[in-house]
Amino acid sequence: MDINTLRQQFPVLDQQVYGKPLVYLDNAATTQKPLCVIERERDYYLHENCNIHRGVHYLSQMATEAYEHARRTVARFINAKETHEIVFTRGTTESLNLLATSLGTENGKRKTENGKLSVFRSPFSVLITAMEHHSNLVPWQQMVQLYGGKLLVAPMDDNGVLDLQAYEDLLKQGPQIVAMAHVSNTLGTVNPVKEMIRLAHQYGAITVVDGAQSIAHLPIDVQDLDCDFFVFSGHKMYAPMGIGGLYGKTELLEQMPPYQFGGEMVDTVSFEKTTFNKLPFKFEAGTPNVGAALGLETAIQFLEHLDRKAVEEHENQLVKTTMEKLSAIEGMRFIGKAPEHSGLVSFIIDGIHPYDLGTIIDKMGVAVRTGHHCAEPVMTRFGIPGTVRASFALYNTLEEVEVLVKAVERAANMLR
Amino acid sequence: MTIKEIQDQIIEDFSMFDDWMDRYAMLIEMGKECPIIDEQYRNDQYLINGCQSRVWLHAELKDGKVYYTADSDAVITKGIIYLLIKVFSGQTPQDILSADLSFLDEIGLKEHLSPTRSNGLLSMLKQMLLYAEAFSI
Repeated sequence: MDINTLRQQFPVLDQQVYGKPLVYLDNAATTQKPLCVIERERDYYLHENCNIHRGVHYLSQMATEAYEHARRTVARFINAKETHEIVFTRGTTESLNLLATSLGTENGKRKTENGKLSVFRSPFSVLITAMEHHSNLVPWQQMVQLYGGKLLVAPMDDNGVLDLQAYEDLLKQGPQIVAMAHVSNTLGTVNPVKEMIRLAHQYGAITVVDGAQSIAHLPIDVQDLDCDFFVFSGHKMYAPMGIGGLYGKTELLEQMPPYQFGGEMVDTVSFEKTTFNKLPFKFEAGTPNVGAALGLETAIQFLEHLDRKAVEEHENQLVKTTMEKLSAIEGMRFIGKAPEHSGLVSFIIDGIHPYDLGTIIDKMGVAVRTGHHCAEPVMTRFGIPGTVRASFALYNTLEEVEVLVKAVERAANMLR
Repeated sequence: MTIKEIQDQIIEDFSMFDDWMDRYAMLIEMGKECPIIDEQYRNDQYLINGCQSRVWLHAELKDGKVYYTADSDAVITKGIIYLLIKVFSGQTPQDILSADLSFLDEIGLKEHLSPTRSNGLLSMLKQMLLYAEAFSI
């Protein structure tokens, strides 16, 4: 794998900020897009643009076929059993809101029918981990609040490793849903999701895996994981913004009520009654982002053409080297030291505010994220205002790691 | 000194440095001189919560002039607070309310007052003006 050739695929990387070469290390927020993805979306608007699933005319049929082809590609990429188990959404956040709303609606419906709280059993609760992004926390929190349930939180240790024993103890309280980050966006921890899913199923819970931070870095096989739902964003895996996915097992998706209503998701409509379309269309109300879906397909093909094992090793090397070199800086404290670690390094330096550090190294051309990374409870857990997070993609180089380390050293000296 | 004179002084101080690093180094030093808020006011009531850094601000009126004290957990934020306090403290509410703040632009620090920066500074500036507004009644 020749990184320099690969980098030519990403024109945005080749620029200067404040007169310095850009070192882009904010990939956990969003990755840059390769030319093939940009061109695919452009081509769609140049030659293929049409609303789908409606028209009998040629262009509409072509666009529909392309869109459904993209769905098949996604299904293959994460090894879904059936293509209709893939629902296109705007991304991870929308996928999780869809789940919390749809599963919650079912819950609420039973509530009025039977006068009971739970569709499954009472009392109603959702179990998450202490390292969730707000997107995999707030929808569940709002859902349990709406239906008088409880949010259970599995704790982690000082290294950012989930306490599996405590997790299992919480499962004994009988949560109906267990939602877990595959990889933490703040700590980089890779959770043992396969084992977590196995345990959750033992206690009869539905499992949701937030794959936002894993999809670009780790091979995903939803059948092997045996998760009930898997959600991800395209823009964190070299695809355009505004597209993502929800995988769900057929039998569950079938039982769930629609999330939004309107065009596309209906079967027949009269003023008295509406029947809904079959899977996956009943969850795709309105005109979808077809161009972005085609871009997502191209991003998947781009990844599949690479030696993914080599990519993973390269990214792990970047993480490892960054931690080794940064650890020489006085007062360095890594937030997230799990042995199973992927994609990013989160840190603070004693006596230095992350905002100050981020502001100074930005001036040196280094783009990192500072703050709480949409995971405030994680910051509270570690008693810090935020962290500096360097997150990597396949196009980052060891030279860029050097620049980051030098910039952090210089900034730390200024700020002390 | 009038607000305008103080601002011109700050612009002159900053113009000595071509390099952005020296400017920031100066800002960091200035942060250390910021008139720190009295411990009794360093609480949630006086807290302006930015997403990235936190700011505490207090003001009082003495002999018709407003005096500000503040603090922040981030030193760059604190340096900019100090600049604003230097400009506004000891001025009348009327002068504060009619002040032109383009000096921040001239010294290349305007980005810190951008609404997207979420460091609490813009909210703090609004709060400073609100104090002046309240004292002018």
